[in-house]
Amino acid sequence: MTVMIVDDEELARSLLREMLADHPEIEILAECANGFEAVKAAAQRKPDLLFLDVQMPKLDGFEVLELIGGGIPVIFVTAYDTYAMRAFEVHAIDYLLKPFGKDRFEAALARARGRLGEAMPAPAELAAAARSSPYLERIVVKDGARVHIIPVSKLDYAEAQDDYVMLVSAGKTYLKQQTISGLEACLDPRQFIRIHRSYIVKLERVVKMEPYTKDSRIAVLSDGKQLPVSRAGYQRLTALLGE
Amino acid sequence: MHPIVRSGKLWLYLVSWVPVVYALSLILVEQSRLSWLAGITVSGPLCLVYAFICLSSWYVCLGLPLRREQLPRLLISHLGSAVGVGGLWTALAKGLFVLFALGGSINAVLPSIFGMGIVLYLLAVSVHYVLIAVEASQEAQAREAEARLLAGEAELRAIKAQINPHFLFNSLHSISALTSIDGAKAREMCVLLSGFLRSTLGLGEKPAIPLEEELALARSYLAIEKVRFGARLQVEEAVAPECVRHLVPPLLLQPLVENAVLHGIANLIEPGFIRISARRNSDEGVTITVENSFDAEVPAKNRSGFGLASVRKRLQARYGGDATLGAGPGEGTYRVELRLPADEDANR
Repeated sequence: MTVMIVDDEELARSLLREMLADHPEIEILAECANGFEAVKAAAQRKPDLLFLDVQMPKLDGFEVLELIGGGIPVIFVTAYDTYAMRAFEVHAIDYLLKPFGKDRFEAALARARGRLGEAMPAPAELAAAARSSPYLERIVVKDGARVHIIPVSKLDYAEAQDDYVMLVSAGKTYLKQQTISGLEACLDPRQFIRIHRSYIVKLERVVKMEPYTKDSRIAVLSDGKQLPVSRAGYQRLTALLGE
Repeated sequence: MHPIVRSGKLWLYLVSWVPVVYALSLILVEQSRLSWLAGITVSGPLCLVYAFICLSSWYVCLGLPLRREQLPRLLISHLGSAVGVGGLWTALAKGLFVLFALGGSINAVLPSIFGMGIVLYLLAVSVHYVLIAVEASQEAQAREAEARLLAGEAELRAIKAQINPHFLFNSLHSISALTSIDGAKAREMCVLLSGFLRSTLGLGEKPAIPLEEELALARSYLAIEKVRFGARLQVEEAVAPECVRHLVPPLLLQPLVENAVLHGIANLIEPGFIRISARRNSDEGVTITVENSFDAEVPAKNRSGFGLASVRKRLQARYGGDATLGAGPGEGTYRVELRLPADEDANR
């Protein structure tokens, strides 16, 4: 069995290393001190099991899991018990609370062995569980080996493209594997509005609406970009603006 | 008990009736053609009795608190009792007149006495309402002060509790890891942690401590976090020696230093620093700053929160408007600046 250790604290990593040393059949593929390294290493090395801290610089444990895209069983290791519910939602094998003893660690490892080869959750489920507050504050997008962090406050609009959404922020576009409905559920409905089957727009970016056909309109954004507005979308928009 | 009696000012109240005795005697002398001695013989006992009758209106006022919706009822009750009491007073005057078998006619002055009785009684009623209002506002002030004190204590308890859980768990986890790697270091960490916990428990009971004690606490906290974060945490200190005896509320800096670690250093991949500095102001106060490196991409609302709000409240409670707290991001650092008014430890 191969494992990877992700924790930003050296001492925490060394403790896991020490406990794993009693299991010669387990190979530690990599130790990562932050989320970026973890995403990269997990994609390259494909471990059987991930020991994952939650609070880390840049990317937290849930964002790492989302970017890895599922498929790797995970044991969360953290001092905070507040994430247990979310860990359960992303089908974590176990949730180790720091500090933990050897027997607790062994129990988690045994559970992991028992569940090796089980089906892992779909990426969409991971994305939904990855958000900490009721609404997303930032969106993480994996682009090859690179990871982009897009603050939701800078997101202009999103467009559905088959199994992906195209996110447009400050003139740049990013592709993320997620459905547009999945994204819509994560965004604050007072700021973002589904104006069309394929489009979500940030309300404050819209400068005017123009009629297009009998049933549809066009929204013009502050940078001149034009987006189609369906009839249902227009109703949602006017309901939000309280007209 | 009546507030005038309770405060031992009864004699002062009775002295204030002397002009009334004089006025009443004057009326009797002028209109009933009595001698001054006879006038005072009647008006003296009359006023003494009435002084106590007016005092008793306190209880009537207590029973009929001033409320806008009850104003008509209030007026009718008080006017009614004024007429009653005034009538009683007039009858008493007549009685005394007959008792002392004085010459002259009293009947001509009875209306004046009756009117005077009503006015005096109504005056007493209004003074009593003022007294009640003053007492109520003093009571409210005392209650408010007490509530503020309680809130301060509760806040302190909350801060003490806030220090504990995750910091403690993470530190214990570090110790757990160190036991097999470096036993001596694990022991050192145990000592650091106990020292820190002991001082937070002790300091909380004092209203104010010298800045050096608060800084020592921050140092021991950062020494513990340094074991966890290793080279990622650099600590710098620039404290002017003349500031160390300045008094500060205990655990004032602690939430700021904790924020600097939690929202600054913990979010950084590269090493970052925390710099604590203090300098004397021209007005004998001090300026204390806590600066830290931070990741500007982390959403702002995750950076401050409870810690800053509690520090601000505690400054307000101790210094009122004389202390200021400024916080915000600068060039690559997040900076919190406290300006405290003069408050030197004079006993040392």
